[in-house]
Amino acid sequence: MATTDAGMASGRTLFYRHGLLVRLSHWVNVLCMTALLYSGLQIFNAHPALYWGQYGADNDPSFISMVAEQEGDALKGVTHLGGLSFDTTGILGVSNVDGEAAVRGFPNWLTLPSYQDLASGRRWHFFFAWLFVINGFIYLAYGFVSRHFRRDLLPAAEELKPSHLGHEIVSHARLRFPKGAEARHYNTLQKLAYVAVIFVLLPLMIGTGLTMSPGFNAVAPWLLDLFGGRQSARTLHFLTAFSLVAFVAVHVAMVLVSGVFNNLRSMVTGYYDIGQGGKS
Amino acid sequence: MSRIITRRRFLIGATMTASALGLAGCDALVENDRTKSVLKIAEGLSMKTQRFLLGDDALAREFTEADISPTFRANGTSMPDNARYIDWMNQRFSSWKLEVGGLVDKPMQLSLAELKALPARTQITRHDCVEGWSAIGKWTGVPLGALLQAAGLKPEARYIVFHCADEYEKTLDGSGWYYESIDLVDAFHPQTILAHTMNGRDLEVAHGAPLRLRVERQLGYKQAKYLTGIEAVADLGQLYGGNGGFWEDRGYEWYAGI
Repeated sequence: MATTDAGMASGRTLFYRHGLLVRLSHWVNVLCMTALLYSGLQIFNAHPALYWGQYGADNDPSFISMVAEQEGDALKGVTHLGGLSFDTTGILGVSNVDGEAAVRGFPNWLTLPSYQDLASGRRWHFFFAWLFVINGFIYLAYGFVSRHFRRDLLPAAEELKPSHLGHEIVSHARLRFPKGAEARHYNTLQKLAYVAVIFVLLPLMIGTGLTMSPGFNAVAPWLLDLFGGRQSARTLHFLTAFSLVAFVAVHVAMVLVSGVFNNLRSMVTGYYDIGQGGKS
Repeated sequence: MSRIITRRRFLIGATMTASALGLAGCDALVENDRTKSVLKIAEGLSMKTQRFLLGDDALAREFTEADISPTFRANGTSMPDNARYIDWMNQRFSSWKLEVGGLVDKPMQLSLAELKALPARTQITRHDCVEGWSAIGKWTGVPLGALLQAAGLKPEARYIVFHCADEYEKTLDGSGWYYESIDLVDAFHPQTILAHTMNGRDLEVAHGAPLRLRVERQLGYKQAKYLTGIEAVADLGQLYGGNGGFWEDRGYEWYAGI
């Protein structure tokens, strides 16, 4: 965050919030994570079940599975979660393809391509995985060298005090967002969320992904021990992806409620309007 | 009230149309040849990176007896449907022979008894299907490198092709026969074996009897079953679809390390 202010006419203070590299890597990330999510669900559909441990196939106990069961003339989609079973016809296990019930883990509107094609799903997944990793390394290098992480994302000790955090959670819940000088930096909840995504979830995604590679297992066998086996890593890859989806949902909701135009402008041009009293 | 419902109906309809258009757009993009050639960049990157990090000899994880899967799923063909194979099977593979040919100095024909008499390697390894499931089994077989050394590779040999006895997809032009190929780095890797024994017993028909390939640093579709011949070649372009394997001809990566 540079501290140049501009456009102070009519009581506004446009504050240069995001550097070019941060903005670019953010949008490349949006593209990559979208393609990775949908192609990942395509790959998952080739065997819509997850296991814990070193191995897992049809007859082994699964952590979650989405199957089709025949019920009379109709196909029923059933999702098993541990010992529990849910009827998920239409969404998981069995969904509608061209007007007919089809056996499908996730429905066609959640997969890339929409029809069942593992080979294409893998090609898209690995292409965007490479782009995502290269983008991530550039962002990390920039973040450390420019001191972006230390200056903008590292919470100060007093920000982590329970009283301060409690106060922020209450203002967030009331949808009261900082204005003026306070809006010049991220609040603690933002900082913690971004730090968790950048330094925990995204590396976990890459680590668990690589653990599924028989080639990479030979390069780094310790990954198998770290995640408790290839099938545990596959399950964690899936759970981490869902955590990221949850983060994106909250992130987008916050963008919408805290001023969608201002937020989008700052992520496109870099300039964020901190409103009245910005100079104080 | 009716106006709200109409508007809501309109919004739902518009959203569904937009998402259908989005899907159609994505599918068209997936099938575009230029897109495909751009995406192929990733395969080259993955292979070069893995080869760089792996070196020639890094071993796949080997497990203990306790880790062996209680049931090992059989995938692909589980019973080849052709007269030649059924004859072999009925004679308990006593008339079956493995042909070693192509760009070698000494072409060979080896019976199952001869193969079993050769020095063998035993390894407990994980089989990773491209679909996502895994199973652990114990394999015993002849190291491929030793066999290739005995046959003597000619200098122009670059790849080893595996011919199989299962026609996985019945086609008029015969392009549906299962086959696979690996390069010399993987062919001479210590864990690359021609397995005749699984979990202490003769290989079952469902798992590729009498002989299957194990290339432990790659995915399941490389582990060709029902071997009939090994051929050393200079390039893969002349075989079947030209991509070096049954699944490779159908869009899967030739280098299946990830």
